[in-house]
Amino acid sequence: MSPALLLVQALNGLELGVLLFLIAAGLTLVFGVMDVVNLAHGVQYMLGAYLAVAFLPWCGSVWAAIALAAVASLVLGALLERLVFRHLIGADHLDQVLATFGLILLAEEGVKLLFGPAPRTLPVPALLSGAVPLFGGLHYAVYRLAVLAAGLAMAGLLWLMIEHTRTGMRLRAGASNAPVLAALGVDVGRLFARVLALGAMLAGFAGAIAAPIVSVDPGMGGPVLILAFVVIVLGGAGSVRGSFVAALLVGLTDTLGRGLLDAALIAALPPAAAHTAGPALASMLIYLVMAAVLAFRPAGLLPARGRA
Amino acid sequence: MRRPRLRQSGVVLAALLLAVLALAPVAARLLGNAWLLALATRAGVFAIAAVSLQFIVGFAGLASLGHAAFLGIGAYALLMLAGAGWDEMALSLPAAILAAAAYAWPTGWLALRTRGVTFIMITLAFGQMAFFVAESLAVYGGDDGMPLDRAPPLFGSRLLARPEAFHALVLLLLLALLLAARRLGAGRFGRALRAAREMPGLAASLGFDVVRVRLIAYVLAGGVGGLAGWLLAVASGFVSPALFDWRLAGQLLVMVILGGVATPEGAASGAIFLVLVEEGLSAADEHGRIVLGALLLGAALWRVRRGRAG
Repeated sequence: MSPALLLVQALNGLELGVLLFLIAAGLTLVFGVMDVVNLAHGVQYMLGAYLAVAFLPWCGSVWAAIALAAVASLVLGALLERLVFRHLIGADHLDQVLATFGLILLAEEGVKLLFGPAPRTLPVPALLSGAVPLFGGLHYAVYRLAVLAAGLAMAGLLWLMIEHTRTGMRLRAGASNAPVLAALGVDVGRLFARVLALGAMLAGFAGAIAAPIVSVDPGMGGPVLILAFVVIVLGGAGSVRGSFVAALLVGLTDTLGRGLLDAALIAALPPAAAHTAGPALASMLIYLVMAAVLAFRPAGLLPARGRA
Repeated sequence: MRRPRLRQSGVVLAALLLAVLALAPVAARLLGNAWLLALATRAGVFAIAAVSLQFIVGFAGLASLGHAAFLGIGAYALLMLAGAGWDEMALSLPAAILAAAAYAWPTGWLALRTRGVTFIMITLAFGQMAFFVAESLAVYGGDDGMPLDRAPPLFGSRLLARPEAFHALVLLLLLALLLAARRLGAGRFGRALRAAREMPGLAASLGFDVVRVRLIAYVLAGGVGGLAGWLLAVASGFVSPALFDWRLAGQLLVMVILGGVATPEGAASGAIFLVLVEEGLSAADEHGRIVLGALLLGAALWRVRRGRAG
């Protein structure tokens, strides 16, 4: 693989990584702080994309559509917290699975009903269309760079919030030991409500900024949810820092692994065998990494303090 | 003293639902509607899959979202053997069970190092791994999958090509599995599993190898999942990576939870109920599944509430 192609793959990997981080950040806190299984978090990502698509004809600007989608996701998250998730705190994991699986069916069928099953797209904003030339004659889409930058900026804001605000301090304390935090007089229920709404907003924002580069369809939340789970297991439940590192690791492993493995297998095996084994091995790579991490560090790479 | 009666009513409900399934061939013939028979067969197959998942969820207290992988492996075992002309049931059925159990062993060994939410996510990841392997098998249709040429022969006979005969086979297997699972659950092994679920520390200090007991349950569940996959492939005449999909695994888990995780007959009832309701709703309206989603959500919130009340 040429150095320029390697750079393109690495950029793609980072971009996937920051999107995964935006989705995993809220989810890991919901797991870590409140021990709630939320299978419906991928739905927030999907709804974020659809909200942007729906807002576009109404407000006319992709920028405004994405911003509105993020705000609407926040409202939706707060609403779902009130109607559903509030009641799931402390419930059996199996009931949480049942409820959130029901939510997935509701949301996906609802979207199909409103938008039809065919994939939609969001146009790339005019300002960010076009491509920047890399060396070696390759180009890279400006919008993809913007997604990377937006994701990193969000991650930075989140870091500021978690390290330097009172809510952030409580979140860190909750991830380490929620019962003690509650015993100290902190309203853990309200904290949870905020985390859930914030997580929904981040996932919805990720869906909205991904909408111009992926196909927007009702099932788009599923694969992303599974990757976010891998990120959480790798990073350690409740650890936002861990999620960031793990998300980039998963993004890079997935895209770079695909390219490098293909090249290595083509060199080592007859072409027919390489073309069969390559994609399978590459898709499995992140799960193999996860299995290895679990075998040696069951609490994850960077577990929340007091959990290792 | 309410509990024993509840258990009893669970058995009665399962027996009733089984009787409904057993009457399906008659109803299908009287109404001239072959779809009814196919639906009943499908419900029976899913009941077998749900009972196998109940080994892990109910007896061991671990929620798995990767159970669809075993169904997929069982189905692909049949597809691969059929490609070589070895689809004879006496050969391909044990092969499907063994193949699924063989995947359950190492993955279970790793997954059982974790508990709770992490276990859910690990099993999901192992399910996805199997999904990607199936998707890459270009010889077997890649992500489209491929149809089976014929129903597998039973000792050389064409018996299973008849829908009524296959339906009877599914019901017999389901009944045998239910009886076996109840015996196993009531026996020494079931007690060891429950002890490991309720108080792992105490069970370990009494000399039970907690991880080993759970691993045996996991491998058994995987093997029976392979059986269900083989049956599902024959029932639909088609094998595709969709069998590995995490949604299917989620559906199986929902069946077990809905029916009651504590008993195998509960899992079977949940599966039969869910298949009938889902297919009924889908047949009634294109977007019928939206009702199912609301139903599941409502059931979960109701269960949580009841649990809180006492």
